Amino acid sequence: LFFPAKDRKMKVLVGVKRVIDYAVKVRVNPEKTGVVTANVKHSMNPFDEIAVEQANIIRTAGHAKEIVAVSIGPAAAVDTLRTALAMGADRAIHVQTDQDVAPLGVAKLFKSIIEKEKPDLVLLGKQAIDDDSAQTASLLASLTGLPQGTFAAKVDIAADKKSVKVTREVDAGLETVELSVPAVISCDLRLCEPKYATLPNIMKAKKKPLETVTPDALKVDTKTGLQIVTVEDPPKRAAGVKVADVDDLVAKLKKANVL
Amino acid sequence: MFSNRLARGFSVLVVAEQAAGKPNLNVLSAITAAAQLGKPVTCLVAGKDASAAANSLKTVAGVDKVIAVNHESFENPLAESFSPLIQNVAKSVNATHIVAASSAFSRQTLPHVAAQLNVQPIADVTAVKSADTFQRTMYAGNVIATVKSTDAVKVITARPTSFNPAASTGGNAAVETVNATADNKVSKWAGAQVQKSDKPDLATAKIVVSGGRGLGKGENFAILDKLASKMNAAVGASRAAVDAGWVPNDMQIGQTGKIVAPQLYIAVGISGAIQHLAGMKDSKVIACINKDPEAPIFQVADYGLVGDLFTAVPELTNKL
Repeated sequence: LFFPAKDRKMKVLVGVKRVIDYAVKVRVNPEKTGVVTANVKHSMNPFDEIAVEQANIIRTAGHAKEIVAVSIGPAAAVDTLRTALAMGADRAIHVQTDQDVAPLGVAKLFKSIIEKEKPDLVLLGKQAIDDDSAQTASLLASLTGLPQGTFAAKVDIAADKKSVKVTREVDAGLETVELSVPAVISCDLRLCEPKYATLPNIMKAKKKPLETVTPDALKVDTKTGLQIVTVEDPPKRAAGVKVADVDDLVAKLKKANVL
Repeated sequence: MFSNRLARGFSVLVVAEQAAGKPNLNVLSAITAAAQLGKPVTCLVAGKDASAAANSLKTVAGVDKVIAVNHESFENPLAESFSPLIQNVAKSVNATHIVAASSAFSRQTLPHVAAQLNVQPIADVTAVKSADTFQRTMYAGNVIATVKSTDAVKVITARPTSFNPAASTGGNAAVETVNATADNKVSKWAGAQVQKSDKPDLATAKIVVSGGRGLGKGENFAILDKLASKMNAAVGASRAAVDAGWVPNDMQIGQTGKIVAPQLYIAVGISGAIQHLAGMKDSKVIACINKDPEAPIFQVADYGLVGDLFTAVPELTNKL
């Protein structure tokens, strides 16, 4: 069968990570090996919500036929996948592991799933708000040989779906790159506004297919050469003073030798 | 000591960025971080007129060698173009570490290199503890992690505000030109929209004046511009102000924007959300102007003025 290129629709793979909710004030655990996670609210990484919504936008524009959500993490990551399904993904893949997987391990797992799923686009959040590494998209692009458009503020898919223009948020403003498809894109804050799932969609999400695999079954070794030795609180800034008025402020800044 | 370091034959490779033959000054902080690793420092710069940039870099204190790759295929910062080049040069200089200043370029290029070497890169390092142990922040700056790498090559981006810039004079490095061309069939450069400004750069300014939701609308940033002009300061913004469309995204300071650490940071009409504090709390002196005395910004500000910014800022501008 031969379809004109414009009728060929894309498969979009979206990565979603379960992280401590952005509004929670994290606390270092007593052993100083990590942060307290028990009884702490977790949510989908906010940048991943943007990735899911961007996948919806691509489908609404008529470019995509299927959205597959992928999460790597403990049993509770299923909640994050159900959220992705309620937001619009068609099915989900859970790579179940109780280990903390570093970005290189995450990228290796994604590579293995990509080899099986053969998506046209991989959408990830630009960074996870727990480890703040912002590396997975680039590591994945490198391992798969696919081009990357990181920190995306705008995504334009060509009519023939053979390329995609990604406008990126960079230090001095914006820059645009044109990538061949398949491609890996990481989503920045201003790409789109995620929409909360409606109750009917949350109900429907419960019935959508969710497959569980393990790193072992994917034959991926997720160990990396980087270990966290200790974690600690940052040094506290000493509480400052309130100044009486603008004159007082100017005087204090002069005394501090910064004016 | 220097000859001993060279004799071992290993080196630290620093990847510099350049535009039109001028090096990006963030490399000076990367050089400081690299110099703490105890091996000779080789600097790589590639672009249409990389030799001009190399001539600026060869006098930087702490640089032992500069490798210049003059080719227009490296003028635009595409990770797919730069990654093979960095890998090849790292191999040729026997690099034990590949270091760059954290930036939009390095954040997407060094992980690309690291994946090819099968190593876990280390993002946004804030301190070098030893050749294999580093500090970095997590959870929007609320946690400091000490991490140890057992990888054969350590791939590191260094947060520029955490390392004092190396002196731009005093060095006398050899410059070597290497021929290479990018072989990139998957991505193409399609242009940049750079914000032109006569103000100092946010990342390097000694004073930063920053505005948030309290400004009320984009036009009101004009009062911050006046204050900034008087102080030769850069102007930044909170995420709220950027999301509202009042100012462009490159002005955003915070966990997901720019990290700054000037001598003086003046937060105007900014409540002080955790994610904003992550981007500025290493500033030497913090002042704030806010009408809400309960705003969290007062907990990190050395000097806090409770008051209406629309009268306080013009008054401050007049009194400087």
